[in-house]
Amino acid sequence: MNFDTSIPIYLQVVNDLKGKVASGQILSGEKLPSGRELAQQYQINPNTAARVYQVLEQQGICETRRGLGTFVVEQEEIQKTVREEMAKDLARKFLERMKALGFTVEEIGKILKEEGK
Amino acid sequence: MTLCTKEAEKGYGRKKALQGVTFDIEPGNIYALLGPNGSGKTTWMKMAAGLLHPSAGGVLWENHPVCWKDRAEIAFLPTEDYLYGWMSVNEVGKYYQDFFADFSMDRYQALLRQMELDGNQKVRTLSTGMRAKCKVAVTMARAAKVYLLDEPFNGIDLLARDSILQVILASSDPENAIVISSHLVEEIESAVNRAIFFRNGLMAADLDIEELRTREGKSLADKYRELMQ
Repeated sequence: MNFDTSIPIYLQVVNDLKGKVASGQILSGEKLPSGRELAQQYQINPNTAARVYQVLEQQGICETRRGLGTFVVEQEEIQKTVREEMAKDLARKFLERMKALGFTVEEIGKILKEEGK
Repeated sequence: MTLCTKEAEKGYGRKKALQGVTFDIEPGNIYALLGPNGSGKTTWMKMAAGLLHPSAGGVLWENHPVCWKDRAEIAFLPTEDYLYGWMSVNEVGKYYQDFFADFSMDRYQALLRQMELDGNQKVRTLSTGMRAKCKVAVTMARAAKVYLLDEPFNGIDLLARDSILQVILASSDPENAIVISSHLVEEIESAVNRAIFFRNGLMAADLDIEELRTREGKSLADKYRELMQ
């Protein structure tokens, strides 16, 4: 993964993992790599990897089972929830930038329809 | 256990390589030691490894000045090509095993496999990248408390760098500290969590890198440019 090194790396890994949950690459109840494995996979510091799981836990996406490791929470809804949250987030950012260019929501809608064809 | 550098100075004749630096190296961290060539990085490392006497101040390990005995717990990877050409990669391991009680031959062999090095090959015939891998393997096969790696990525290609970085990341644990010196910031940016900057023999900064990104929206490379200008 290529990082934007001026943005906290843990946030970028959190988003990457959430993207995998949202797209179904990682499933509800699935075991996640250990902190050390995660550090190696992403070539990040082990402290950063630990922080990634802390944040995902706070967001209710994964949970640590003592002695067993970290798992995606066992909730059928989790994929849908994360997916919707990420979509809203992306939409918000996109809208902000488009509005900064002077487009109205209506115009933006038109452009999206046009480009989506 | 903390490696404390206190007002460490080193002069060579009139020239001062280190002019009084103070900072701590604590377990559970991977540090980048950054600065241009000639800023004092190697001098500090050799001092911390017990190979160089400070002119004033010094480096403390477990509350005593670092001495030759501490090499049992402080592993040092010099930037120079110090391996004997006539040895095979396997023999390099045996040589280390004789010197260091914390050296694990099993771990060395595992690291060689991981980095795709042939144990029977003679050091003399290794490419620069393979030599760098061999040096890192033999150093990280020790269970040291502190690892001092002086420019471990010097002159090697991207793939060898990735492979070495993997080994370093896998070796990091809450009980040890790893210090990587480099004059190329980008190559270690995501792997380290703290950075110490040297400039003209003085310490310019000691900081937490994720905090730098969060607070200032700056990368390590940005900060380097800012500090060194």
